[in-house]
Amino acid sequence: MSKAAIQRLKERFPEAVTETYEGVGGDDVAVVRKESIRDVCRFLKEDPALRFDMAPYITAADYLGSEPRFDVVYQLYSTVHNHRIRLRVGVPADDAVVPTVATVWKGADWYERYCWDMYGIRFDGHPDPRRLYMYEEFEGHPLRKDYSLRGRQPLMPERHVDESFRGPGPAGRD
Amino acid sequence: MAKDIEKTVTQAAPANALEAPFPTKRMLLNLGPSHPAMHGTVRAVVELDGENIRSMKLDIGFLHRGFEKSCENVTWTQVFPYTDRLNYVSSIMNNVGYALAVEKLCKLEIPERAQYLRVITSELHRICDHLTLVGAMGLELGAMTILIYTMEGRDLVWDRLTEICGARLTSNYARIGGVARDMPDGWREKVEKTLDQVAELREEVGKLLNRNRIVIDRLQGTGAISREEAIDFGYTGPCLRATGEPYDVRKASPYLVYDRLDFDVPVGSRGDNFDRYLIRMEELKQSDRIVRQCFEQMQPGEIVVEDYRYVLPPKPEVYGTIEGAMAHFKMVMEGIKVPPGEAYSYTEAANGELGFYLVSDGGGRPYKIGVRAPGWNMLMGLPRMLQGKLLADLIPTFDTINMIGGEVEQ
Repeated sequence: MSKAAIQRLKERFPEAVTETYEGVGGDDVAVVRKESIRDVCRFLKEDPALRFDMAPYITAADYLGSEPRFDVVYQLYSTVHNHRIRLRVGVPADDAVVPTVATVWKGADWYERYCWDMYGIRFDGHPDPRRLYMYEEFEGHPLRKDYSLRGRQPLMPERHVDESFRGPGPAGRD
Repeated sequence: MAKDIEKTVTQAAPANALEAPFPTKRMLLNLGPSHPAMHGTVRAVVELDGENIRSMKLDIGFLHRGFEKSCENVTWTQVFPYTDRLNYVSSIMNNVGYALAVEKLCKLEIPERAQYLRVITSELHRICDHLTLVGAMGLELGAMTILIYTMEGRDLVWDRLTEICGARLTSNYARIGGVARDMPDGWREKVEKTLDQVAELREEVGKLLNRNRIVIDRLQGTGAISREEAIDFGYTGPCLRATGEPYDVRKASPYLVYDRLDFDVPVGSRGDNFDRYLIRMEELKQSDRIVRQCFEQMQPGEIVVEDYRYVLPPKPEVYGTIEGAMAHFKMVMEGIKVPPGEAYSYTEAANGELGFYLVSDGGGRPYKIGVRAPGWNMLMGLPRMLQGKLLADLIPTFDTINMIGGEVEQ
């Protein structure tokens, strides 16, 4: 679909792009080092021949038992050239921090919060690094493969009535 | 807080009290999570300055029910009922989106008739979705009549969908490798009659709203977003097209048989609530056209692939042959063996791009299912659309972005 985009990306970042391949159904995929993901994304967005101006979906996956354990997956789309690319970033379990791209596309904000909430991957420099679905007291990250399917969450202490009724929202969430 | 109020009240009124600035202070208003105008259960913490929204924070997750975790622990086929509950107003679109994603991984080409049936049911559901939006919007702006008209139209369509798939609300029709069943006898005529009735109701609603002073005042110019910002936020569907960007997955990368159908993609110019509403009204017409064309074009034929690794064999074979019984048993107990790999497949659902990111490890169960819900990005951009605007604009804006709790909060 966009072989030219992959080629251009490889030329520009020979160090950061470790692997490129054609996925199922002809999707173009590039595996990127996590340290350079923000620079790669900024280049993909701003380069006139590529112009990936939209990040429709960012998610993560947990490959427990393999190294690196996590994968952050960026689906990018260009409304100008009507092409797509997928970036994959390997994230080791002991250093699960990725530079944020919420500064590149505003739409990445909630997806990164989602990845933190569900997989426990931190996004360095994120403007609002809270959980997305779960409450702040929630223990663990539910979509990790080692999160128990039938486990229970501990009861959390009751919040003081003043905090939830008059204050800026429960436990400072807002 | 109580002290602040006291201070405000006890302030001595100046001599020329009429010209004195009215002492106001910022107020924090908790809208939702359970409020008639907040669809689903979204909590919005709105910081008000008088009647203007200074800032707004959204708190979602009240409807989170672990969609992805549930899906990772059932077979590929058992995921279908879960997808129904993503966008419960247009469930077949979710079925189709998911089925296409799995078929992409399996490299499966489905029979032509099944493709047409998928398009027909999807477009009927698009009609339902847009009718619901227009009705709910009318209701929340105080026009009960609109809701009653659109609900009438929606129920007519739902009756037809019940006839083809057996359920009214959580309709489940697509299967991996095809669709569940063929059209019942005389269904085409019934659908065409229903479409005529819906068209009549649509015209009626259009006449009531399009030139209505109150509606125009509430919708025109409110909740506007620029084209660049909408793209940056990842808006898709009618919300993006209202800003002037003609991106529609059905045209940009056609799937199923959309490349053989003749339909227009309406585009707005201002990106405000009124444009979003008009686009939906126009898409109702286009979906009507698509369904009628499909009936014209489709030919009799198979509705599922005849590959018993993916599709249950017909019952006489299950009961009569050992191969059939084995195939049936393996598929029910172990699930479809999807080749290992990862794929992202996207379709144009009623509110925008519905994407499924699937990872398979070759087993009978999905390793990962990620859902790109169309409403997610629109909800994300809501605080930006309303910054500095009136609180009253929040209600129609929340309506026209058509955020569906089931898919956004998963």
